[in-house]
Amino acid sequence: MNPTLAIAKREFRTFFSSPIAYIVLGGFLLVAGWLYFGTLFLAGQASMRAFFAIAPVLFVVFAPAVTMRSIAEERKSGTLELLLTMPLKDWEVVTGKFLAALGMVAVGLVWTLPYPFTVASLTAPGVAFDWGPVAAGYLGLLLMASSFLAMGLWASAMSRNQIVGFIVGLLLCFSFYFVDKFAILLPESIGQAVEYLSVDFHFENIARGVLDTRDLLFYGSLTAAGLVLTTRSLAAARQ
Amino acid sequence: MIRIEGLSKSFGTTQALRGLSFEVSKGQVVGFLGPNGAGKSTTMKILAGFLVPTSGHAYVGERDVGVDTVATRRMIGYLPENNPLYEEMMVVDFLAFIAEVRQVPADLRAERIRVAVDRCGLKSVLGKDIGQLSKGFRQRVGLAQAILHDPEILILDEPTSGLDPNQIAEIRGLIKELGREKTVILSTHILSEVQSTCSRVLIINDGKLVADDAPERLTLGAEGGVITVVVGTRLGVGLDEAKVRQALAGVAGVTSVESADAEGPGTAGFKLRYGRDDPRRELFEAAVKNELVLLEVRRQHVSLEETFRKLTATDPSGPRAAA
Repeated sequence: MNPTLAIAKREFRTFFSSPIAYIVLGGFLLVAGWLYFGTLFLAGQASMRAFFAIAPVLFVVFAPAVTMRSIAEERKSGTLELLLTMPLKDWEVVTGKFLAALGMVAVGLVWTLPYPFTVASLTAPGVAFDWGPVAAGYLGLLLMASSFLAMGLWASAMSRNQIVGFIVGLLLCFSFYFVDKFAILLPESIGQAVEYLSVDFHFENIARGVLDTRDLLFYGSLTAAGLVLTTRSLAAARQ
Repeated sequence: MIRIEGLSKSFGTTQALRGLSFEVSKGQVVGFLGPNGAGKSTTMKILAGFLVPTSGHAYVGERDVGVDTVATRRMIGYLPENNPLYEEMMVVDFLAFIAEVRQVPADLRAERIRVAVDRCGLKSVLGKDIGQLSKGFRQRVGLAQAILHDPEILILDEPTSGLDPNQIAEIRGLIKELGREKTVILSTHILSEVQSTCSRVLIINDGKLVADDAPERLTLGAEGGVITVVVGTRLGVGLDEAKVRQALAGVAGVTSVESADAEGPGTAGFKLRYGRDDPRRELFEAAVKNELVLLEVRRQHVSLEETFRKLTATDPSGPRAAA
């Protein structure tokens, strides 16, 4: 097996053998479920819209919670020394950790799949449910999650305390969510630039069912930047 | 096999290594000695590929550990100081993980794990979480992890620290056995460990090499030794300590006389240092002449401990800070 995948596998298994995993996943599903069933029973609408609208905020908290212990814990317990003397490159270690974190988020998302299925079953007879936006929405969530996870990983690599890793990750993710919320007050040119930096803005595009390379490129570069910075933090730990 | 050239390493304002150089040839078992903070662990961390030196090079085979990082790490098995392990993993899962990350070929994996488990005596704890193991078993897991990929070089940072005497003997036996086929560098605080396991001793102090020799030769220098004597008078009473001391100091070969523990009333103990010549014959003659009885005569060579203390005594001229 590829050593990167070996690291991802170990990380994934460790995550699910600790109670933190169930608290984090449970919290995520509770809020997601509340949002979904809120629209279903209170507003009487069978729609995924509310869920996708609030998902970015949810991920601002969820993603750093998944990554917080990833590297910080290894620094604290000293196992980082063991890991960094194994015959592999630092970026392979980082990629392994990232893949594991993405896998955990994917597990969280799998548990939300009953929502679109109930929505599909509740559509009026004879009307076909449009799966396009839902599939695009889930793809968008994964893309957004990967950019948040990469930033969360960097935050985790900077400290040996996982709580610090969580808070720094939360702030990083939040600033990329929040950056365009006051864009309306800014001059149009700056407003557009700021909008481009917003994770939320790109997600809305994708969730509408429009797959634009600009949006994909944005998430791709944000993820890459996070992973490169994480790798550099590991190199700094060797100094 | 291992070559270290002008290695320097600073952490902020403290300088851990100042131009350390040495070579280790294939098959040697080398003991690394030095006081705390001398730079033993730092050197080992650089060799194992964890730390990057500030200047200088470390070579494994012909490869620079800072350039051919992956290839050199593959040749090395490393037991870090304090033996960090994934506490929440089962022993068997941990070893399987190491085998995967170390890229042990899939068809050899089961065999290699079996050999490591056998050698380190881990069979009974395979299904236990590492966090539940006693310190001795943890240390064995660390060693199993280091030998799993059958490396040519073993770097063991304080492999017996914190173990009880039985466990120390076990681990030492294991290291000795491994030393027959591998090049081993081990650091320790226990000097007798070096004498019993190593064919060569490197003593470093303040980031520099201060001694490099076989352990027997470090102890059997031309320094002579110490004779501890306990004397009494022939009648059993009336011992005049000052007089005895004077008589002992007059013995040919003795360079100094210090008081030591007596063995009850009417006796006195002394520690005699001597140079090249063994003064025991003269000592007997002197005792007879002064009507004394030698109750005990015990000769000790200069021990490794003394050599160590002499070589690593802190320089009183200034504190150890970066130049």
